[in-house]
Amino acid sequence: MNEHVKQKRDLFTPGHFGCPGCGATLAMRQTLSALGEDTIVTMPAGCWSTLIGIYPYTCLTVPVISVAFGSTAAIAAGIKASLSIQGNDHTTVLAWAGDGGTFDIGLQALSGAVERNDDILFICYDNEAYMNTGIQRSSATPAGGWTTTTPDSALKGQKKKNIVEIMAAHGIPYAATASIGAPEDLNGKLKKAKDIKGSRFIHLFVSCPTGWRHAPELSVEVAREAIKSRVFPLYEVSDGEVWRLSPMPDKTGVDAYLKYQGRFKKMLASGHQHFQKQVDDDWQRLLNKCRP
Amino acid sequence: MKKVVMGNEAAALAAALARVQVVSAYPITPQTVIVENLSEIIGRGELKAKYIPVESEHSAMASCIGASMAGARAFTASSSQGLVYMHEMLHYAAGARVPVVMVNCNRALAPPWNLYCDHTDSLAQRDTGWLQYYCADAQDVLDAILIAYSVAEQALLPVMINLDAFYLTHTSELVDVPDQKTVDIFLPPYHPSNKLDVDDPKTFGNVCGADLFTSIKYKRYCDTLALEKLWNQTAVKFCDHFNRLHSAVEAYQTEDADVCIIGIATATGAMRLAVDRLRKEGLKAGSLRLAMVRPFPLEGFKKAIANIKHVIVIDRDVSYGAEGIVAQEVKAGLFDHHGDVKLTGFIAGVGGNDMSVETIVPLVQQAISGAGAAVEAGTTLWAEVLP
Repeated sequence: MNEHVKQKRDLFTPGHFGCPGCGATLAMRQTLSALGEDTIVTMPAGCWSTLIGIYPYTCLTVPVISVAFGSTAAIAAGIKASLSIQGNDHTTVLAWAGDGGTFDIGLQALSGAVERNDDILFICYDNEAYMNTGIQRSSATPAGGWTTTTPDSALKGQKKKNIVEIMAAHGIPYAATASIGAPEDLNGKLKKAKDIKGSRFIHLFVSCPTGWRHAPELSVEVAREAIKSRVFPLYEVSDGEVWRLSPMPDKTGVDAYLKYQGRFKKMLASGHQHFQKQVDDDWQRLLNKCRP
Repeated sequence: MKKVVMGNEAAALAAALARVQVVSAYPITPQTVIVENLSEIIGRGELKAKYIPVESEHSAMASCIGASMAGARAFTASSSQGLVYMHEMLHYAAGARVPVVMVNCNRALAPPWNLYCDHTDSLAQRDTGWLQYYCADAQDVLDAILIAYSVAEQALLPVMINLDAFYLTHTSELVDVPDQKTVDIFLPPYHPSNKLDVDDPKTFGNVCGADLFTSIKYKRYCDTLALEKLWNQTAVKFCDHFNRLHSAVEAYQTEDADVCIIGIATATGAMRLAVDRLRKEGLKAGSLRLAMVRPFPLEGFKKAIANIKHVIVIDRDVSYGAEGIVAQEVKAGLFDHHGDVKLTGFIAGVGGNDMSVETIVPLVQQAISGAGAAVEAGTTLWAEVLP
């Protein structure tokens, strides 16, 4: 942990434009700490394309290119091919996209890159909606969650897309879920992913006080509750076949997780048994997959 | 070495001679031969390059941008629907100042579906900031791609080399294939000073305020305007090595002409034949090929039409609600022209209709006499419309 102090320079320097309590900044800090300075980052439109800083300021000291929304994985594939033909096989090419840029508009390019097994690390920092544009629904928004396009009068009815299963279906060498609520687990997965050749995908859960309507100081706590309740369980998949559960705390109900967040106010008021059942069912399905 | 090759094969040969390092492409008729040939050349190890078989044209251009940003010479080819699908990334490539070279095979846009020649696909991209060059024959294809890389890398702007579907992509011609050694002298390896480099980390493409935004766009605008001159200078250097000149405009018999037929791409050959026939009939005709359409080659254009009284533009494309796109460009080019020039615009040769001497001569005659088969619509005349 905190290995960034061992780098020749700080890779994430002070002065980002993120909201107070932003989970996506914690995520980046830890990611760059684990990956080190031999990293090139490509990021599409999203929270990170603004919070990195307005030119001439930037808070990252690794090479970064901000790209078109749907193009992240393809740009990363091009960078990797370019480095490789020039004899550089060591630099980590990190594609860093939000849930919109991964689950929705970025999915086609991501699927293409993973099917080709391009040697890139794609990390989706998932805050479960289009937060940078002002909290609009994405296919990563949970069922029953409030956003500005799924208002209280029409809460989201569809469940969250399972992006890791989609990645696993490609036979991707390494896929994992991780969370800012479990930093040691995240660090281990980043290090592991860094050393694997071919496509690697980490689905990284980042809380968003602005969009989820919780107090900024609760960001890590909310992420922990998501793990405890199994709303966001931690696991890994190798070659799309071998599913392994990561160390998990004892299981709790979803109440504490939901209660922290204003986006679930309406759902809580009208009963959340359906949400609990969905979490329980998904957890059981995951346990079945993780059985040897 | 002389070889009989199709336009598409000439394009693949040129990309290989340019020693492209990353090829990223998605198949579409009539472009496929280019990427098939390149994957074969790379697969056999004759070209040290990475071939990325992307899942879409949007990703083809995206990965070329990524490759170029990380310092490699990148190439792709597309056509029609594929080109318009990558529209967003065309803007991005020019804005990111990456010297990517792309071949586009000019094919009609659906609906209705049609695989044949039409220039609307690329002309609709004329505001994306790419240099657009329209080839007249297979030799032109091979040479223009080599010139394109040189120009692109000097200006740090992308270049689109356009080939007429089937008329050029699938027609075999005798082509002089230059030797690699001379090409290497003309086109040295690409070594950009700004790139994604962990030893010299920089951030590219982040948000910036209005003042800087304006200045960056202004700089690009000026650099793009300068491309006509840069292309011609580079073409002269190319000619010194290979003895073939490919200028931004190509005038034929315009010095003493009253009437000038203007067009782009392969049909300009037939336009020259039409000039010969019309001159035999006593009409002082000339023709002008706009090899470059973006930036509009204003200098060469103005020189060529200095004494022309009647300009006839034949477009293989249309801008709905306006007229032929080349006609609009020519009109803009004529705006501050000192003389009194008449302009007649035709839409012809779209969707697979041939554009031969037999189609061109009657159009010129109609432009002069006012009588003929082409139907008047707005400010243009449509040829070959069913009754």
